[in-house]
Amino acid sequence: MLTINEYVKVKSLEEAYELNQKKTNRIIGGMLWLKMSTLRVQTAIDMSGLSLDNIEETDEEFKIGAMTTLRQLETNESLNNYTNGAIRESVRHIVGVQFRNSATIGGSIYGRYGFSDVLTMFLALDSYVELYKGGIVPLSEFAKMKADRDIIVNIIVKKKPLKCVYMSERISKTDFPVLAVCVSECDGKFIASVGARPARAEAITDCEGILSNGINAESAEKFGKYVTEKLNFNSNMRGSAEYREHLSKVLVKRAVMALGGK
Amino acid sequence: MNIQVKINGKNVKSEIDADLLLIDYLRDNGCLSVKRGCETSNCGLCTVLMNGKPVLSCSVLAARADGSEIYTLEGLQKEAEEFGTFVANQGAEQCGFCNPGFIMNVIAMLRENENPTDDEIKEYLAGNLCRCSGYEGQFRAIKNFLAQRGAK
Ligand SMILES: Cc1cc2nc3c(=O)[nH]c(=O)nc-3n(C[C@H](O)[C@H](O)[C@H](O)COP(=O)(O)OP(=O)(O)OC[C@H]3O[C@@H](n4cnc5c(N)ncnc54)[C@H](O)[C@@H]3O)c2cc1C
Ligand code: FES
Ligand code: FES
Repeated sequence: MLTINEYVKVKSLEEAYELNQKKTNRIIGGMLWLKMSTLRVQTAIDMSGLSLDNIEETDEEFKIGAMTTLRQLETNESLNNYTNGAIRESVRHIVGVQFRNSATIGGSIYGRYGFSDVLTMFLALDSYVELYKGGIVPLSEFAKMKADRDIIVNIIVKKKPLKCVYMSERISKTDFPVLAVCVSECDGKFIASVGARPARAEAITDCEGILSNGINAESAEKFGKYVTEKLNFNSNMRGSAEYREHLSKVLVKRAVMALGGK
Repeated sequence: MNIQVKINGKNVKSEIDADLLLIDYLRDNGCLSVKRGCETSNCGLCTVLMNGKPVLSCSVLAARADGSEIYTLEGLQKEAEEFGTFVANQGAEQCGFCNPGFIMNVIAMLRENENPTDDEIKEYLAGNLCRCSGYEGQFRAIKNFLAQRGAK
């Protein structure tokens, strides 16, 4: 059981950062993941008073505050227009509406969970993590970093010409994914991000130009193989490594075809 | 620590422990319709409305609810009774254990979307688990409820 001694609703990011330097203190996002732990937290750090729960859009980018909920991502019209509904598709299978009204993007990205739909989704976009001390780092870099005691302030998505498709395979509705895939054509580059292998999602770019001469069943299949060969897959109670490897080829191919296959 | 929450329209001031969960806080304040089914954020039985949005009260701290407005079944008598009686008359449920969370989330759904499609109903209620019914009964009841309401 999670226990908490003290609760502080911070007035500034600096206050949150200072408190977060102590090992026994913890930032509380939506608390859904934390609650499953047996941590004994000295001070719970609540950033809900810092207006970090909104999605700002400019001509160049989307800036998504760390306390924005998954449900906000799901229902935000411009984000979903920009991603052809992929963002909605990536989160709508996560537990239920009530859950997604609390779970935050900050907690989801910070956790870098090996099953994460959210990380898989954003890795296929031109995304960045804005850290309070560490500045702005590409999400692909952040995804590989070890957890430290910095604070995620915003997730930034640069607006580039984009087409995007998200797909996941689940044994039953609302369960964790067996495999999650997001394929995008972002600023002319084809990217496939594959998560829930189960291992932190990774994005593979089409460096060999497999899809640059057009998308068809043959090139889509070739790209599916190419991506899958570059990744490692593991087994858990939801599926074996072999099954996931097979799924990866199929889902990447399907997503590529859905992106613009003829 | 001290918090102030508007529970079913009434301002309540309390002194609480930092790790008190919203579900226990509400039950301590007489909202016994709010129940635990799983406590692992999976079943939806503990659903309440927080500032108008359905959330899992087993997974939210009472401290986070400071300054917010909470509604439980106790405060939504009219809506809850109307739909609850309809569901009962349809014989849609078996043991009824899942009912409080289910009714809360149906109310939340209909406030957001007056005329949901079949897929929208299934998607919105996916986080409300029922171990008896196989969901067909509840699904039929919602559809009949919408049809009857539309006909009025
Ligand atoms: C039962 C269950 C099922 C789930 N199923 C899925 C699924 O199918 N797909 C999926 O993608 N995800 C799934 N998740 C994960 C979920 O979507 C969230 O990603 C997860 O709960 C973390 O978000 P949170 O807001 O609850 O974070 P919290 O639990 O509050 O925090 C998680 C961690 O992040 C830290 N943190 C939070 N915010 C910040 C910040 N701004 N800066 C720095 N650190 C921060 C916290 O200190 C903590 O260490 C599931 C979770 C649960 C509990
Ligand atoms: S008791 Fe809260 S989701 Fe089951
Ligand atoms: S009717 Fe028994 S749990 Fe739903």
